[in-house]
Amino acid sequence: MSTDQSMNTQQGNPLAVVVSGLSSDAHTWNLVYMQLVLEELGHTVTNLGACVAEEELAARCRTIQPDLIVLSSVNGHGFQDGLRAITALRECPELMTTPAVIGGKLDIVGGDPTMIGQLLDAGFDGVFTEPQALSAFRSFVAFVSDATVETGAGAGEPSAADVRPGPATVTSPVGA
Amino acid sequence: MPASSSTSVGLSGSFGGLVARRQAEGTLVVQPRMGFADPAKMRAGLIAAKHARACTVGTITLDSYTRMGDHASVLAALDRGDELNGYPIVGHGVATTRSVTHGVAERDFPIQVRHGSADPRSIVTALLAVGLDATEGGPVSYCLPYSRTPLARSVEHWQESCELLAAARTQDREPHLETFGGCMMGQLCPPALLVALSVLEGLFFVQHGLRSISLSYAQQTSAEQDTEAVTALRRLTAELLPDVQSHIVIYSYMGVYPCTPAGARRLLAESVRLAVATGAARLIVKTSAEAFRIPTIEENVLALEEAALVASAARDAPAPWGMSAAPGTATGTGGTGIYAQALALISAVLDLADDVGRALLLAFSRGYLDVPYCLHPDNAGRSRGYLDSAGRLQWQRIGSMPIRHLAEVPAQTRMTSAGLLDSLSFVQNKFDHAGLARSIGS
Repeated sequence: MSTDQSMNTQQGNPLAVVVSGLSSDAHTWNLVYMQLVLEELGHTVTNLGACVAEEELAARCRTIQPDLIVLSSVNGHGFQDGLRAITALRECPELMTTPAVIGGKLDIVGGDPTMIGQLLDAGFDGVFTEPQALSAFRSFVAFVSDATVETGAGAGEPSAADVRPGPATVTSPVGA
Repeated sequence: MPASSSTSVGLSGSFGGLVARRQAEGTLVVQPRMGFADPAKMRAGLIAAKHARACTVGTITLDSYTRMGDHASVLAALDRGDELNGYPIVGHGVATTRSVTHGVAERDFPIQVRHGSADPRSIVTALLAVGLDATEGGPVSYCLPYSRTPLARSVEHWQESCELLAAARTQDREPHLETFGGCMMGQLCPPALLVALSVLEGLFFVQHGLRSISLSYAQQTSAEQDTEAVTALRRLTAELLPDVQSHIVIYSYMGVYPCTPAGARRLLAESVRLAVATGAARLIVKTSAEAFRIPTIEENVLALEEAALVASAARDAPAPWGMSAAPGTATGTGGTGIYAQALALISAVLDLADDVGRALLLAFSRGYLDVPYCLHPDNAGRSRGYLDSAGRLQWQRIGSMPIRHLAEVPAQTRMTSAGLLDSLSFVQNKFDHAGLARSIGS
């Protein structure tokens, strides 16, 4: 997967994106929708589907080495499940700085003011829960895409705008 | 179907026998979706459904921990007094569940256990232990949409579960199993594949010993198309499952539900008329609270009674879309070809192996069966459904499914994210806005 390839740089760069549900959530229409949104933006998506335990999520992301990880949940358990997922991802050296975001309907009451802060503190680079969040999400993806330039390693800071560090430059599946 | 329904011998005390008797009387059986963790509330819900002014059967819907086989989490939640989203039949144990059903379950009020599990062995054992013998699901329909269980394992689990059920047969006890195959994904699966999966899972059940089954179909986006689909399902059931007791069960719409009470009632009524017009025997209702939360017992009773009223009126009136069955479906030559597509899918699968479970596995691995928008690793994921301008579900891509000669596939369309949202909310908008138009006009 980590194959260098020539990029169309007119609108940022095509990203290899992992879309995934969380451990306790069987919903999939949200995941299908996010895949279509990202593909329409020119990115390549590996959709892991529903009920992905954090160990499996981390293992698949270590293999795929995505440029961006997008987690989506709508069953109200996304806050708890999401904390476990990001912790598992950030414990992998390869995934410490990979941009990772979460969105959807993440709690049952829809009003915990500390939730977003806790998710960001745990390692997410973006949390999207508002009805108008899709516009913010698109903007975030464009930011990552623009920043994922054709140079080598990023600075290694855990910032959303960083290219993940490592020998590969921009990656997307061969033939994408 | 008429021929198959008449083969009930000594089954009158069981689920399938009761439904057959009601169908012979010309009455639609209506059934709620209902599950509460608290045994007293579960019993109250069953009693309320039993005494509703409708011809009902009972439902015990299980919680999602039990569905996943995570009985430790059930016990921990019960200890803490946490809410569960259904009745934990394994965790509560035999004595508690007997206290729930005692005096409620009887000849005229059988109870079906509904769960959603890819491994229902412990659930089947638990329901048989308390004297129940009706449940639902299937090796494909309870694996692909809701789990990551490999399909091969689900097939093994379901084979064992069928055998457990069948072994409980006695002279006056006939276990009943309903396939959920006609409800795959809830929405955006073209009807021919729903019909084919329903029949294939029915064949699987019968191969593993069941003699009383029901075949499901979930209301989709077009009453006319649904009528053709259910007519095809009845015909294929009669042709391919002639030697078992069987009936058709319709599910009120399972996708994004109308937000307005009036819209929800209109959608429920349309599903009732579909059931009556197509000769289905049973209907699983939805309530007007569906878009917002899990319905209360009272809301369920209202939906059951409303459905019974509409059914009674529909029996004496022609279907509102002007046909009692879609044109040509009796012969398989006309309509829009749902029967022909479903038969082609079923035949292609059955040609792969004598064992239905093995045939299903081969069919999914080759993409002969390919459920649109299903992300399970064992689904090929190359097919797509879409809504045409008339509001009918059509194929956009068929992947490797052997229906190329039977399906019209548009050359250059693709599903966009906006199109997906529009499709998913088509029914909600249609039924909500009908009320808006009426209130503006009045």
